[in-house]
Amino acid sequence: MLDNPSTTATAEARRQIEICNACRYCEGYCAVFPAMTRQRAFADGDMTQLANLCHNCRGCYYACQYTEPHEFAVNLPAALAEARQDSWDRFAWPGVFAGMFQRRAGAMIAVLIAAIALLFGMALWLQPESGEGFYAYLSHGIMVALFTPAFLFPVLALAIGVRRYWNEVGGEPVHFADLRQAGIDAASLRNLSGGQAGACNFEAEDRFTNARKHAHQAVMWGFLLCFGSTTSATIMHYFLDWSAPYGPLTPPKLLGVPGGILMTIGAGYLAWVKTKADPSLGAKAFGGEVAFTLLLGAVGATGLALYAATGTGAVPALLAIHLGCVLAFFLTTPYSKMAHGAYRFAALVREAQIKRQGRSGRES
Amino acid sequence: MLASVSSRIHFRGNFGRAMRDVSKTIWDVIVVGGGNAGLCAAIEAAEAGAKVLILEVAPKPYRGGNSRHTRNFRCMHQGPLSVLTGDYDPDEYYDDLLRVTAGKTDETLARLAINTSESCLPWMEAHGVRFQPSLSGTLSLSRTNAFFLGGGKALVNAYYNTCADLGVEALYEAEVTHISLEDGAFTGLEATINGETHHIEGRALVLASGGFQGDLDWLADAWGPAARNFLIRGTPYNRGVVLRDMLDQGAVSVGDPTQCHAVAIDGRAPKFDGGIVTRLDCVPFSVVVNKYGERFYDEGEDVWPKRYAIWGRLVAAQPDQVAYSIIDAKSAELFMPSVFPPETADTIEGLGQKLGISGTKLRETVEAFSAACADGDFTPTELDGLATNGITPAKTNWARPITEPPFYGYSLRPGVTFTYLGLKVDQTARVAGPDGDLLNVWAAGEIMAGSILGQGYLAGFGMTIGTVFGRIAGQEAAKHVG
Repeated sequence: MLDNPSTTATAEARRQIEICNACRYCEGYCAVFPAMTRQRAFADGDMTQLANLCHNCRGCYYACQYTEPHEFAVNLPAALAEARQDSWDRFAWPGVFAGMFQRRAGAMIAVLIAAIALLFGMALWLQPESGEGFYAYLSHGIMVALFTPAFLFPVLALAIGVRRYWNEVGGEPVHFADLRQAGIDAASLRNLSGGQAGACNFEAEDRFTNARKHAHQAVMWGFLLCFGSTTSATIMHYFLDWSAPYGPLTPPKLLGVPGGILMTIGAGYLAWVKTKADPSLGAKAFGGEVAFTLLLGAVGATGLALYAATGTGAVPALLAIHLGCVLAFFLTTPYSKMAHGAYRFAALVREAQIKRQGRSGRES
Repeated sequence: MLASVSSRIHFRGNFGRAMRDVSKTIWDVIVVGGGNAGLCAAIEAAEAGAKVLILEVAPKPYRGGNSRHTRNFRCMHQGPLSVLTGDYDPDEYYDDLLRVTAGKTDETLARLAINTSESCLPWMEAHGVRFQPSLSGTLSLSRTNAFFLGGGKALVNAYYNTCADLGVEALYEAEVTHISLEDGAFTGLEATINGETHHIEGRALVLASGGFQGDLDWLADAWGPAARNFLIRGTPYNRGVVLRDMLDQGAVSVGDPTQCHAVAIDGRAPKFDGGIVTRLDCVPFSVVVNKYGERFYDEGEDVWPKRYAIWGRLVAAQPDQVAYSIIDAKSAELFMPSVFPPETADTIEGLGQKLGISGTKLRETVEAFSAACADGDFTPTELDGLATNGITPAKTNWARPITEPPFYGYSLRPGVTFTYLGLKVDQTARVAGPDGDLLNVWAAGEIMAGSILGQGYLAGFGMTIGTVFGRIAGQEAAKHVG
């Protein structure tokens, strides 16, 4: 199933990283450069690891004396972004979906419309005889029947993808310390912090700002809070015999409301800074990435709207729209920008592992 | 010249406005050259309230002169300072300078640069420069040199942003061709901007336009025709136009007009702007031959950081200004990775053919060298005394037989870093004219560094000279226009 990873994108990233390895001025920006200096030659798996370790903070691009029009034509953030995207295509399972939503806004929108239509249809034709709150429109049984596979399938697909990643980069059995270090790096977005600069370059070109980091933190933590909200509701339903609707001072709402707000504002902010940044320093996937970011924002916003509409006649429509967004988000996750979370975390774990072992990674 | 099309596109945004204003305005301070020294001068002058114009000859992507290729700042300090460890007192710093220049320095100016460097580092941080701990492979400099996060181009970017915030006007592709001096005073200058000649008036002038190493004709006049085969490691835009114009008008010169600082670099480097990645650190572990396959100097005389400049001159003296460094498999990973992969062959003869020299002669030379190597302990990181016996020239350290295939070969050429000829200045960075100090002209950076660096080079000291004298020049110019 796996293609030969020695793609054009990997070869171009390797050409550039070999220039970087002879220079090394950028060692202070992020983990990519110290990882690079551990090696002299870069196998395909090494390039995949470096590409996924890169957070596209762009500090190295604006500092680089070899960017175009210099004949060396270094643009490492873009080269690693291309190699990174290619790697996700290789790891995608089933491969037929590779890159489908990551690169294309249209496909993402089509799935979203289909998902919302499906939910409208279900609310229309499968409306239960009785039920409280939104269960009056869509029974708990139907929701479980729909969302259990819609949740478990992406988890399975990403697990297979990460396993393929791990094989390609030569990963070894993981210690708890590796997960812990990777967790700290991910939670703090250490690699979007620009080292001593304390910020990265994005929407303000060669000036340092934290706009993208803050927006990403809002989305990431907002998403995790929302995930916590759903998890707490599941536990309450099955183990505490405490069914929805939940009041404002219950765990699902205490986690979900701030989570939804963070996710909505963060996603809007993130999409906005993305439109301001130079597209030539990232992957050629602007539409897909913005569509994904806005979908995440829509999940948060429609969830908040649904809660705000409690008891009104807008609930059935908002319920269908919100659940349609959630469904589209879940189904596209392994093949959208969302997948970067899994691969990036795997890269951070592998980096922590190599550093812990105090030896170089796989040699060519 | 390079990429002027794309840079003009970059510039179109404020070009019209700037062009309307630039010739009409009487500027308080005009800074010629937008590298480190010029930017420091512009920032100081603007902070003192002056209306400042920077004329930078390069297009925007190449702005910053040689500063864009630098990576650190040599800094005196009493106790740990920012990323610097330990301390580096002024006498030790001055001794280091005396050693590399063999005493060819102006002690007053040198000590001024050294003593002021300590207060410059926090100033640099306050104006947007970020430092990082010593890079891998440069631990020996962690006490004396503060490394710029991302290198010199990041520093240049930070200063341009600071200038923009201070209202300094910066024009790119603006080549100053003539400085108008009347009775020892600057009155205005001629500049070619976007192909048109403009007369621009100002009340004070700071010259920070570097040396002349980008002008190969001048280099060839000064050094000899061999200089046409030299590579220029830095910017092609340091062509010495303003320097020559000032000298023609009687400004007092310093520094040897015939000399340039050159190091041995990868012979396949671009003609200009190859920068740091074209270094080759393999010489001490190799045999080096000329185009006739003959050795000509002790490759193991000392550690490479102390010898790369000497090798620049040695290679410059060889036929066609080229040499070849040959190693075998056991030395392949003893030095920093090179940007261009070496030529590789399983036999020395085959390697010679790939390098374009006589394989037979190369084999004879390498075999004679290998036969002259003795047994002993090899220590790549220090002088190990592992020397050859009975060949001339001897190799006095790290001499191991070159016998283990595959064999690798790199070509070497002289890479010019900077030239020494410059303008004489006093402690206030004021330029000396034919009849005493000029009234309102100051100079900073490479264009006056020859006073302090009469020969040789001390890592990170060019940026120190530029920062210290750039700041002084800016302050003095602003004070003059008051």
